[in-house]
Amino acid sequence: MKKKAQLELRTSPHAHAGQDVVQIMRNVVWATVPIAGFAVWQYGLSVLALLLTAVLSCLLSERLFNRLGLEPSTLGDWSASITGILLALTLPPGFPLWMTAVAGIIAIAMGKALFGGLGMNPLNPALVGRAFVQAAFPVAITTWTPSLFNGRFTSFIPTTLTAPFQRPPAITEWVQGVAVDSFAGATPLALMKFEHAATPVTDLILGATAGSTGESALVILVCGLYLAFRRMLDWRIPVSIMAATAFLSWAYQLIEPTAPGPLFMLCSGGLMLGAWFMASDMVGSPVTPLGVVIYGLLIGFITVAVRLFGGLNEGVMYAILLGNAATPLIDQWTQPRVFGADGRRKQA
Amino acid sequence: MGMNKSDDVTWDSFAEGLWRENPVFVMLLGMCPVLAVTNSAINALAMGLATTFVLMASGLLISLMRHLIPKQVRIAAFIVIIATFVTVVDYSIQAISLDLYNALGAFIQLIVVNCIILGRAEAYASKRRPALALISALGMGAGFTFALLCLGVVREILGAGALFGFDLFGANFEPWVVMVLPPGGFIILGAWLLLFDWRKHRTQLRSLQEERGRAG
Repeated sequence: MKKKAQLELRTSPHAHAGQDVVQIMRNVVWATVPIAGFAVWQYGLSVLALLLTAVLSCLLSERLFNRLGLEPSTLGDWSASITGILLALTLPPGFPLWMTAVAGIIAIAMGKALFGGLGMNPLNPALVGRAFVQAAFPVAITTWTPSLFNGRFTSFIPTTLTAPFQRPPAITEWVQGVAVDSFAGATPLALMKFEHAATPVTDLILGATAGSTGESALVILVCGLYLAFRRMLDWRIPVSIMAATAFLSWAYQLIEPTAPGPLFMLCSGGLMLGAWFMASDMVGSPVTPLGVVIYGLLIGFITVAVRLFGGLNEGVMYAILLGNAATPLIDQWTQPRVFGADGRRKQA
Repeated sequence: MGMNKSDDVTWDSFAEGLWRENPVFVMLLGMCPVLAVTNSAINALAMGLATTFVLMASGLLISLMRHLIPKQVRIAAFIVIIATFVTVVDYSIQAISLDLYNALGAFIQLIVVNCIILGRAEAYASKRRPALALISALGMGAGFTFALLCLGVVREILGAGALFGFDLFGANFEPWVVMVLPPGGFIILGAWLLLFDWRKHRTQLRSLQEERGRAG
């Protein structure tokens, strides 16, 4: 394309920091690097392959859809890389690579390209990809491996290298061979829900439990705070999600003392990653100050409701997707009053 | 259709329903069976053939009776005629294969309310001579069957690793559970619509560019 000399008329401010999409996206990628690195340390080679596959499949599909849409390449804006990284962080460590590639393609195709690319997607693309593979491969996505198992840097988890379209092998025997201590094959949330067994909060904070790749609460919190301090995510979103989750689980524990406490709810499962890195996605979240808080509270409420009363033991993914879907409505309801206009809000 | 009121039977009176006016991919009619029974290729084929039969038989009868049916009660009369042939199909399938009958469930009886059939009766068969109505119904039925097969084949391959019941990937295939569930129907239908629309768009763009090239 030829660049034309353009005279632009702009409103103030005329001097600004020049923060643009690419810069923010690059910072988000940097912020996810420690989480990804920690996951590789926990689960070894398999997670490295998982991350690479997810990112590569997202990048390739992004390029493909650029070509099909006769548009210039958008690989340089880093958004597809973020989708890939976040997707990998929500999957089980031993998730077969071919299924990961399917999830990556669906994430970009159905989550993003279908709606017109970056900035147009109503739902978080990484979560669309994960929701699809959750529905398509319900067994593989709930096959968990112990963290910090022996020999993780020299060999893959047996399920990782499953041939395309083939069923991943059973890993119960393999788990018994490598597990550091007895391993029940369930996540802390599942243990809590179905067996009423609590997991020590210190393990949860470090992420030394079975679960998705990126679930170490402490590392995610630090990385999220970095982005919040750089003003690259709206801190009100994660804070209101965490507040709603903590308050509701605290209140429920008063009625039902065996129920999990606020700290457990905050640090387990995908809540931290979801709250800091997915719900705060600028495209899928509301723009009004009040709307942002409503959105966060809604996500926290749905998460707690699913975890405590639902058939599933984890609900962060569906909570965020529902929050994304409600965003246009929330935005419309919470439009601030225009100064000088009369009391009633006017619909455009 | 529409403008072409000529009573000649041409290739186009058949091919129109198959491609240019495809009931599913172009007119988006009869979505209920399209989404509901396409979880395997054999179900899709059976549903397509059953609908084709009802389309043709009712089209022929309505065309023959087009001067007898009073205008005021034509819809009721059409529905009675259609329902008669649906009952015939219903009992036939039950007699031929009980498994298939159970797999298709209520959707055979529901052919009665398939809007393609009533739509074609009202818009075409009741205004044309029998030969034309029959050929057009065959084209529409073929187009509907083709569309159902498009969905059924993809959903069976991904959802069961098979095609018309024959294993494609061996015993170790991991089925994509979502594909045999309702969301799979919506996703695959959307994908096919996208593909057809994208192709159309591309052809238009190309012909536009060629025209411009010739002009310039």
